[in-house]
Amino acid sequence: MAARKPFRWHIPVFLAPAVLVYTAIMIIPLFGTLGQSLFNKGETGADFVGLANFATLFGDPRWSDAFWNALGNNLWFFVVHMLVQNPIGIALAAILSTPRLRMAAFYRTAIFIPTILSFVIVGFVWKLILSPIWGIAPGMLDAVGLKFLFAPWLGKEEYALTTLALISVWQFVGIPMMLIYAALLSIPDEVLEAAEMDGITGASQFWKIKLPLILPSIGIISILTFVGNFNAFDLIYVAQGALAGPDFSTDILGTFLYRTFFGFQLQLGDPYMGSAIAGAMFGIILIGVCIYLFGIQTRLRRYQF
Amino acid sequence: MKRTHLLALLAGTALAGPALAETTLTIESWRNDDLTIWQDTIIPAFQSQHPDIKVVFAPTAPAEYNAALNSKLAAGSAGDLITCRPFDASLQLYNDGHLADLSGLGAMANFSSVAKSAWQTDDGSATFCVPMASVIHGFIYNADAFEQLGIAVPTTRDEFFAALDKIKADGSYIPMAMGTNDQWEAATMGYNNIGPNYWKGEEGRLALIKGEQKLTDEDWVAPFRELAKWKDYLGDGFEAQTYPDSQNLFTLGRAAIYPAGSWEISGFNAQAGFKMGAFAPPVAAAGDSCYISDHTDIAIGMNAKSPNAEAAKVFLEWVGSPEFAALYANALPGFFSLNSTPVAMQDPLAQEFVSWRDKCQSTIRSTYQILSRGTPNLENETWNASANVIKGTETPEDAAKRLQDGLASWYEPQK
Repeated sequence: MAARKPFRWHIPVFLAPAVLVYTAIMIIPLFGTLGQSLFNKGETGADFVGLANFATLFGDPRWSDAFWNALGNNLWFFVVHMLVQNPIGIALAAILSTPRLRMAAFYRTAIFIPTILSFVIVGFVWKLILSPIWGIAPGMLDAVGLKFLFAPWLGKEEYALTTLALISVWQFVGIPMMLIYAALLSIPDEVLEAAEMDGITGASQFWKIKLPLILPSIGIISILTFVGNFNAFDLIYVAQGALAGPDFSTDILGTFLYRTFFGFQLQLGDPYMGSAIAGAMFGIILIGVCIYLFGIQTRLRRYQF
Repeated sequence: MKRTHLLALLAGTALAGPALAETTLTIESWRNDDLTIWQDTIIPAFQSQHPDIKVVFAPTAPAEYNAALNSKLAAGSAGDLITCRPFDASLQLYNDGHLADLSGLGAMANFSSVAKSAWQTDDGSATFCVPMASVIHGFIYNADAFEQLGIAVPTTRDEFFAALDKIKADGSYIPMAMGTNDQWEAATMGYNNIGPNYWKGEEGRLALIKGEQKLTDEDWVAPFRELAKWKDYLGDGFEAQTYPDSQNLFTLGRAAIYPAGSWEISGFNAQAGFKMGAFAPPVAAAGDSCYISDHTDIAIGMNAKSPNAEAAKVFLEWVGSPEFAALYANALPGFFSLNSTPVAMQDPLAQEFVSWRDKCQSTIRSTYQILSRGTPNLENETWNASANVIKGTETPEDAAKRLQDGLASWYEPQK
């Protein structure tokens, strides 16, 4: 007769600090914000208004235009990251994991360094580089005879958002690179040797053997990019200010939320509508993550070595 | 050893504090740049007359001021004197009972109604802060460049654009240093700088508030039309030019004219290596009456719950006196006293700016009083509209119509 397993106290004890801190600074504020989005300023204090704030956000053309504009810009911001940042990150990781590459550690560090820089520095440095007055971009283009290609990118509606997205890609390309690099290193040599025995080498080895093995990592990177992009705010705020100029062409959900919640210049803050926007952002991210979790991740084939 | 010293020092201050002065007044402010001026110039001048009242200037960082002040007032720990932002931020404090009504103060007689309008209830029945300073808009120019090119200081719009054309044709200077990247310059140093000449200053501004004029009226669209013409005179890539870029372009001598606010004076004096002058926004025809944006910017009020109300009123009476006006205006050139008594200033550029008060009629920025109380916010929309008009991505008429529609969506008299 086996004795009943004793309750494993160490599990709750070890979990407690993380759970408590996470609850206090993430979960309670999150539900507080969601709750606040159901209220609005009344005669004496906050009145419960149900979903009226959301009705305003999606129904009133002034609010909904700004919201859809921000959401559209945010989607484009995400698309640029998915199409540029992640493929480049994977390519860099594939190159870095080639055993014959010299100074791999140097490249790895150099490419990763922008990731640890502050947004303020990145935004400021790039604004200076691209500045039509003091920047080195016009001079460099001039030196190779391509001056006609230069435009004040950050000041033009049609280019500003893409420029900022590419700056963000430059900053964060190190993250997918590192994650994929780690995944590539964890592929056992036996698998690769077996492939070589079968005559699969070089590029076809990457496409046929390595890529399927790192697909789960690519999935994780995609979802991290998605969450990161839809919560983005800092770079736009630093480079273009809270009004996300020119003419709101770089306005994403984060800057829209900031302007509404905290107010700007003569505009006093409106925490209730701000909470409604935060609630909508939470919903969008939740839906995106759920699509990934249930639609994609469960179908990914995993390999055990 | 060190520790005993420190303890002795602490004990000393604790004992000496109450013994030194009967009343201590603390000033809340966002002007932390001015700390030394208050400590070295203004407070000693006051204390030489009132040795029984001790004054402490305790500023907060500008960006945190409103939030920090609100929570201090709510908690009852705010200082006795409160530096007042113009219009709604301070009006809200008064309505919440945090600022005392100062209408009865004798020094209030020293200020005109425009000077007081930023710190009054909408009906003007109560004034709750003593006006300290305003900033004036106009154009600062590179006098050396004007001399070199043989340009006379323009007074009419035709002369203004002729001067710009001449500078452009010559090519050694960028005619005008302004960018649209940060947007606010287009509205503040653009629209609200040249606009008062079109809408006749206070007359148009008040008519707009009463709902008798609309932003789509000719007087309000015309400044946008003039702004649209500025595009050709701005530097290459002005779309991405920021406010500091413009300041540097001008002070480095690369641009000839800078649409300015008078707050630039001390910075420009320190940076620029050439002679500078200033001219008021040009009028349509010579001899037309001119209007300038003389924007009320800073004032000081009293915490309604201050235990030292009597001493605070003594201080406020002094702030309203011509003596304070002279001290403040000379310590901070470009921040002009709102006192009706003329102040003698040393700085020639500041003198030029303030001389327009005699020739022209003063008004404040059209969007600041009442009209920026709702959503969409008229001031913020004006930034965006002015920048669009200068870039040419929105026509003056469309921009004006958009502003009018936005205002009419929440402002009763404009519906």
